[in-house]
Amino acid sequence: MRLIREFEEHCLEMAVAGTIVGGIHPYIGQEAVAVGVSAHLREDDVITSTHRGHGHVLAKGADPKRTLAELYGASTGLNRGRGGSMHAADVGLGVYGANGIVGAGAPIAVGAAWAARRQGRDQQVAVAYFGDGALSQGVVLEAFNLAALWSLPVLFVCENNGYAISLPVDRGLAGDPVRRAAGFGLTAEAVDGMDVEAVTEAAGRAVAACRAGGGPHFLECVTYRFRGHHTVEHLMGINYRDEAEVASWTERDPLARQRARLAPAVADEVDAEIAALIAEAVAFAGSSPGSDPRDALDYLYAGTAPTRPGA
Amino acid sequence: MPSLSYIAALNQALRDEMARDERVCIFGEDVCLGLTGITKGLAEAHDGRVVDTPLSEQAFTSLATGAAIAGQRPVVEFQIPSLLYLVFEQIANQAHKFSLMTGGQASVPVTYLVPGSGSRSGMAGQHSDHPYSLLAHVGVKTAVPATPSDAYGLLLSAIREPDPVAVFAPTLLMGTSEEIDGDLDAVPLGSARTHREGTDVTVVAVGHLVPVALQVAADLAGEASVEVIDPRTVYPVDWETLGKSISRTGRLVVIDDSNRMCGFGAEIAATAAEEFGLAVPPKRVSRPDGAVIPYALNLDHALLPDALELTKAIRAVLRR
Repeated sequence: MRLIREFEEHCLEMAVAGTIVGGIHPYIGQEAVAVGVSAHLREDDVITSTHRGHGHVLAKGADPKRTLAELYGASTGLNRGRGGSMHAADVGLGVYGANGIVGAGAPIAVGAAWAARRQGRDQQVAVAYFGDGALSQGVVLEAFNLAALWSLPVLFVCENNGYAISLPVDRGLAGDPVRRAAGFGLTAEAVDGMDVEAVTEAAGRAVAACRAGGGPHFLECVTYRFRGHHTVEHLMGINYRDEAEVASWTERDPLARQRARLAPAVADEVDAEIAALIAEAVAFAGSSPGSDPRDALDYLYAGTAPTRPGA
Repeated sequence: MPSLSYIAALNQALRDEMARDERVCIFGEDVCLGLTGITKGLAEAHDGRVVDTPLSEQAFTSLATGAAIAGQRPVVEFQIPSLLYLVFEQIANQAHKFSLMTGGQASVPVTYLVPGSGSRSGMAGQHSDHPYSLLAHVGVKTAVPATPSDAYGLLLSAIREPDPVAVFAPTLLMGTSEEIDGDLDAVPLGSARTHREGTDVTVVAVGHLVPVALQVAADLAGEASVEVIDPRTVYPVDWETLGKSISRTGRLVVIDDSNRMCGFGAEIAATAAEEFGLAVPPKRVSRPDGAVIPYALNLDHALLPDALELTKAIRAVLRR
């Protein structure tokens, strides 16, 4: 959690400074979800992520140096500077990409789970992360249906942070997420997404059941983003949330809650370790070579297809 | 000399490639039954690899993407070409962009098979589109085979290709047959086929309009020497073969069954004008701008490019 928090605090500074050109969608406040779920994931398990994906990608084990370099647009980045914040991926680690389209990763995760079963990798699980806004996307509900019909090992993790961009969840979502998922035959429950131990416990049960052939599961993690939807909001001075509301959630900061459970010496040790990792990542990303405009369309195709110049 | 139907050719390509490569699997609606005839018998032959999906086009299109990244070679069959509009997000935004956005970490070897494309005579507005130009515009590799042997060969190549590829099978060819001399083989994507050689004018024809162009060329034989070329893949285009022909004849007519505005014909005509030394301006024969096919059969047919229009266009470029 500390790694994600420090990584993102640095990214916020860099987004304001213009080093991260497209800005970011901060995950700050939601760290307990990615960490609690990833505690049970193996390297060969697959995840699909959201545009608020740094936490999921880092928690799955992606190298912070290369992840930061990707956000800087450097050729040493996870995606060689082609993906950036919204598309960070590490396919070798099962990270099938953060995604700029709300809900789009859910059926991709179902496909990965189908392939794993087809290939005899019965113990493999696919996790699809998405926000409360994605529950209004038809493709997510179609993905629930397919996973349940075919009893595939998919864990759908809904990070209900209360807002779909600026739309409060009670004005954007009819009914209850858990009941909606249960209606498709998913085993579904809600958990306190601000408490890493609660998420770890619930995700542990869900992942184990998926691995044991128990079919798809749904976890609604009730959480909150401490910052805006996107860093542009900050620059534009947009505000749609009550200060008291934000304050009441920041009092429940998952990092503070977990720190209180640790011996102070252990917490300090973690802080020091993370500070060193971030310093290393900043140095690596900052000194990485940029990309060559002549190579802008490299990797467009895995096979051959000559493209003609556009100007 | 055995006769091969267009549908049987597609079926044979799937059958052969499924036997050769166990990663190949098929997703779609009514594919176990083989409602279009293309997947007939495959479910029985390959347990679990032919999967009937619910009517969830968006989900099963991206299901194929996820399965492809995880090592499968999925073929997705769409029962109606207009369903591509539902899954444009999943093809254009997800599958097609994955390789570049991940810096080449993985590709998405999915084949989108679109049988029954184009007018189905009386199926009206939402069952009569032939939307291959859209996918070519986005950069998705796209084939529109005109003969059974090309249908076999291009589908084989599509499945083997590491990138997403769409294969459109025009309705008006589904019932056709071809005498096959020798073995069937893969046809490389991006390779045009010169069906008839000629010296006065180059006709570039796509899909079911290839036999129409050949008939017109034969009918005009006493009047003009018409070269007929089928690009076979509308993306990528075999510019070398097309360019050589057009530069030699100096005259071009494109006939294709997409809408005129931003259609495939526009691309061929523009490139010919820019690069191939045309002696006279090119002509396009296509559907009208933004056409929606009406129900009444005479209205449906009125909007489709045909032999009469092609003949007029050829005569017009020859007169100048």
